[in-house]
Amino acid sequence: MSTQEIAADTQVEMITVTIDGFEVTVPKGTLVIRAAEKLGIQIPRFCDHPLLDPVGACRQCLVEIEINGRKFPKPQASCTIPVEPGMIVNTQLTSPVADKAQQGIMELLLINHPLDCPVCDKGGECPLQNQAMSNGREESRFEGYKRTFEKPINISSQVLLDRERCILCARCTRFSEQIAGDPFITLNERGALQQVGIYEKDPFESYFSGNTVQICPVGALTGASYRFRARPFDLVSTPSACEHCASGCDMRTDVRRGKTLRRLAGDDAQVNEEWNCDKGRWAFKYVTQKDRITAPLVRGEDGQLHEASWPEALQAAAAGLEANRAAVLVGGRATLEDAYGYAKFARVALGTNDIDFRARLTSEEERSFLASHVVGTTVNYKDLDRADHVVLLGFEAEEESPIVFLRLYKQVRKRGLKITAVAPFASRGNKKLKAELIATAAGNEAGAIAKLSGLTNKSVILVGERLSESAGAISAAVSLAQSSNAKLAWIPRRAGERGALEAGAIGNLLPGGRPVSDTAARVDLQAAWGVENLPTNIGRDTDAILEDLQKGNIEALLIGGVDPLDISAHHHDGLAKAFVVSLEIRHSAITEIANVVLPVAAVVEKSGSFINWEGRARNFETAIADSLTRSDVRILSMLADQMGTPINLPTVAAAREEFNSLGAWESRSAFTPVAATSVSASADKAILTSWRLLLDAGSLQDGENNLAGTVHPSVAVISANRAAALGVQNGDSVKISTAHGAITLPCEIAEIEESSVWIPRNSIDSKAIATLGVASGAVSVVKA
Amino acid sequence: MTKLTPVLSASWDQPDSFTIEGYKRNGGYRAVEKALSMAPDEVIQIVKDSGLRGRGGAGFPTGMKWGFIPQGDNKEHYFVVNADESEPGTCKDMPMLMANPHVLVEGIIIGSYAIRANHAFIYIRGEVTHIIRRVQQAIEDAYKAGYLGKNILGKGFDLELVLHVGAGAYICGEETALLDSLEGFRGQPRLRPPFPAIAGLYARPTVVNNVESVASVPSIINNGVEWFGSMGTEKSKGFTLYSLSGHVKNPGQFEAPLGVTLRELIALAGGMRNGNKLKFWTPGGSSTPLFTDAHLDTPLDYEGVAAAGSMLGTKALQIFDETVCVVRAVLRWTEFYKHESCGKCTPCREGTWWLVQILKDLESGKGEAADLDKLLDLCDNIAGRSFCALADGAASPIISSLKYFRQEYLDHLNNGGCPFDPAKSTLFALEESGAR
Repeated sequence: MSTQEIAADTQVEMITVTIDGFEVTVPKGTLVIRAAEKLGIQIPRFCDHPLLDPVGACRQCLVEIEINGRKFPKPQASCTIPVEPGMIVNTQLTSPVADKAQQGIMELLLINHPLDCPVCDKGGECPLQNQAMSNGREESRFEGYKRTFEKPINISSQVLLDRERCILCARCTRFSEQIAGDPFITLNERGALQQVGIYEKDPFESYFSGNTVQICPVGALTGASYRFRARPFDLVSTPSACEHCASGCDMRTDVRRGKTLRRLAGDDAQVNEEWNCDKGRWAFKYVTQKDRITAPLVRGEDGQLHEASWPEALQAAAAGLEANRAAVLVGGRATLEDAYGYAKFARVALGTNDIDFRARLTSEEERSFLASHVVGTTVNYKDLDRADHVVLLGFEAEEESPIVFLRLYKQVRKRGLKITAVAPFASRGNKKLKAELIATAAGNEAGAIAKLSGLTNKSVILVGERLSESAGAISAAVSLAQSSNAKLAWIPRRAGERGALEAGAIGNLLPGGRPVSDTAARVDLQAAWGVENLPTNIGRDTDAILEDLQKGNIEALLIGGVDPLDISAHHHDGLAKAFVVSLEIRHSAITEIANVVLPVAAVVEKSGSFINWEGRARNFETAIADSLTRSDVRILSMLADQMGTPINLPTVAAAREEFNSLGAWESRSAFTPVAATSVSASADKAILTSWRLLLDAGSLQDGENNLAGTVHPSVAVISANRAAALGVQNGDSVKISTAHGAITLPCEIAEIEESSVWIPRNSIDSKAIATLGVASGAVSVVKA
Repeated sequence: MTKLTPVLSASWDQPDSFTIEGYKRNGGYRAVEKALSMAPDEVIQIVKDSGLRGRGGAGFPTGMKWGFIPQGDNKEHYFVVNADESEPGTCKDMPMLMANPHVLVEGIIIGSYAIRANHAFIYIRGEVTHIIRRVQQAIEDAYKAGYLGKNILGKGFDLELVLHVGAGAYICGEETALLDSLEGFRGQPRLRPPFPAIAGLYARPTVVNNVESVASVPSIINNGVEWFGSMGTEKSKGFTLYSLSGHVKNPGQFEAPLGVTLRELIALAGGMRNGNKLKFWTPGGSSTPLFTDAHLDTPLDYEGVAAAGSMLGTKALQIFDETVCVVRAVLRWTEFYKHESCGKCTPCREGTWWLVQILKDLESGKGEAADLDKLLDLCDNIAGRSFCALADGAASPIISSLKYFRQEYLDHLNNGGCPFDPAKSTLFALEESGAR
């Protein structure tokens, strides 16, 4: 636990100690090594990590300690000893004994180290290298033979282990056990042959394995994708934010000559601490795939897309949008600034509120909930830290917002935080959280939620985006929060959704939480935007837009970053009829039918900000400075100019500034509850339930094969009774089908709600919406 | 043989001493009846008053250890016996368990009763199959006889005793590594605090005692504190097993009062073999600094040995005569520590790896005088810097041998190799000379 954390937690006793002659006052429980840091005294260390339990293994941080005149007979590891009143500490700076002890340990650490720094990824940013310089002797006295191993070995497809370089600090194994709850690596053998190992039958398939590479204090663990690619001193680092989910990780993007070579977890104690997930760390090659769109494209009379100049393409797009009744769909990858651009473009250039950022299964109930209970709110990670009970509704923390999972796991491990999950079965993540499972078939959540009790004003109810798929469930959650005074927060899966909500990229809200139905709010915005009027009717949502495209009530569509297969398998005809302007990074199902395709910048090529689930802005700067692509908002501004209805957002900075100057609107529209429904399956059917796994067939993971190697295998989870009825054993294939199609997967027998069957929603071999046409509801399950 | 005080070893010459019948014939299982009639705190007080100190090496007062267990905490307590006797030279617990396993079982019942534990464990090293069988049989017989299980002797005390067989790691003799191993993990020492008395086995208050310490308890209960205090010295009370091995005529176990000297013990063992001269010896196993013939009259109790610069340890007296090369002996021990280093901390893991290489070079005459200073400096960087005491033990024989036999190291360098004939120190060398 860090010093700040201890201090912030509650009122704690403060203790004054003397280190190298300087007094320092720190909270009780602070370790000596951290008290010294407060004075700017750097005690060398390897195994010590402020977020891991002390282990005292490397012995590099030895200091001399005296308490009330009584001196410890031996130097002590400052990473394991908490401060005590009257303690006098002498580090290497003032104690010859401590200095010699540290030099001695350093010499020992290096005798079996290969010293292959010139070819090591870590060379140049290596704690062993650096501290050997600062706290070691110039020349080793070791003249013997070193321990050797085969190097490197894969401990997963994405993490490589060089056992010769390993100094056995146990940071990686402790991280896996204590932070991720995935003890898939462990130290084995003994003496100098001790080494990090994996279990034969349980591969290192942790979603957080990349952190072990980052905290390895030597070059023992390296990422397969980065190994031998660059020297740290050739990289240009840019602070950035993660585009993969709504957790809001602080990141660092390292670029060499215009190419992203790696991304690291940034250090933000309030959000991701020092961690991130493997998707955030390693999934960045989608930007450089061969299907990247590099120039504007306009569909010619031959029905083919042809490269066009920007003026040409903008003209074509403007003409099509002007001539037809148009709507806007913007996907969840948009930054706040881009979403604001879409929101303003819809109102000012297209004169419509027909805009929705929810490129997924949604409901009107959810839209009402977002406008009344989510926009502008600030439930945050600290509330999770302090919660007495956390309820997960339609939300699989480890799969859908992994840093939220890490926070919850930390509190479960530290103080047994109570977690309750309403889900069909206990997923791996929820088992790690020791969550109490309210086994519920998809569609019956409302009834289960209504029965929850025992929540207080220190409890937190986390609503996932999937709860919108069950009618009345969000209403039940709202009513539970009201009756218990528990905090209520919404955690979408995608990074841009919360920002898009704040930006007003939705049919019932204007930017800053201004209700469309609120005349004063509209007038306020008209004044700010300098426009005569704004559309007054509540806009269509995603479903209605797609439906009205089909019906011909809407004839044109501006669409950015949306995969229609996330919404429905029946989109094609409607979209094909319409005039479609697509803002895209790479070719997709949409660009195939679009009339005009405008290339846009990926996250590493632009600046902007995401608003994470807490409502916290995560700003990031351009990492690849010389990219020729531009952010969506810049292109929308050009398009609006072309249409003669300028939105005046020529840059990301201008968009951010204008959005911030609007301020938040105080009053909220009321929530419109929806009556609960329930589902049941006839004897020959099962109720399908599905969610996306963290690592799946998502297009932002394209191109990273090492990451794909740790995807969890797709299975269909069924109950023991169903397995018996079907006559299948664990691992036998079962076929899940609807009138639309069928998916065949090996089954896993688990304690799942009896009528339910679960499959991954969007994995390589299990694409529910595309194949079955649905993500939930009645399906038939038979032995394959 | 006036100096000997056989208590634990009194019945070893009886062919059925290891059976429950034999044990009972010799007065066994009477102490448990007596103890279970007392209040648990009374038992702890008797052990405290007796001055019994841990026989596993550190010499911590046994009664005080028992008294550390928090009472009325509504937690399970555990009583664990460390029978992982693995130190080179140490060979007292295994013969005792071979000849008299029931005395340990009886001690465990008394100790568990005293600390209010209803579960006890014996952690025994895995290599001693025949002893494991005897202890297992003793436990079974004790269950059958009603000394273990529910409502022991009708006194309302329940105790389950489990024999756990280790897999042969020296480090598992370290009490926290032992607990890790007992819990099913890889044996490596734990960070303290918390100490086992607060959070030991399965994070519950736990006593970990050496076999001999626990086995000494029934005799104290039977015969009283005064009887126990009539043996030994003021601060090191009672009797203990001294294990003489090496170059004496009759090696073996000698149960004597604490404070006896090696001169007396060698006399009891029939003198040095072949009339050879004593060269060096360990007072308590290989991790205790060496002594020489200058220490023949050092009282072998906790204070006496410490005052002379070593440790009483496990009272494993390894006797080496003038035929032995001290460099060779020290190298063998160092190889043992390298092999047994658990790998957790740097100085032990890397240090023993290096020490072996230096000593091998020295033994074969490679190197120069400055290497001896390097060796000593290295020992200084290892001893007292490690996570547990294993590395201290590894450095002890090196530091002490250099203290007493520096010239012999130099002789190796000057000679370009070992000046000793290793065959002369062997057993068959004796047979050839017909001296036996």
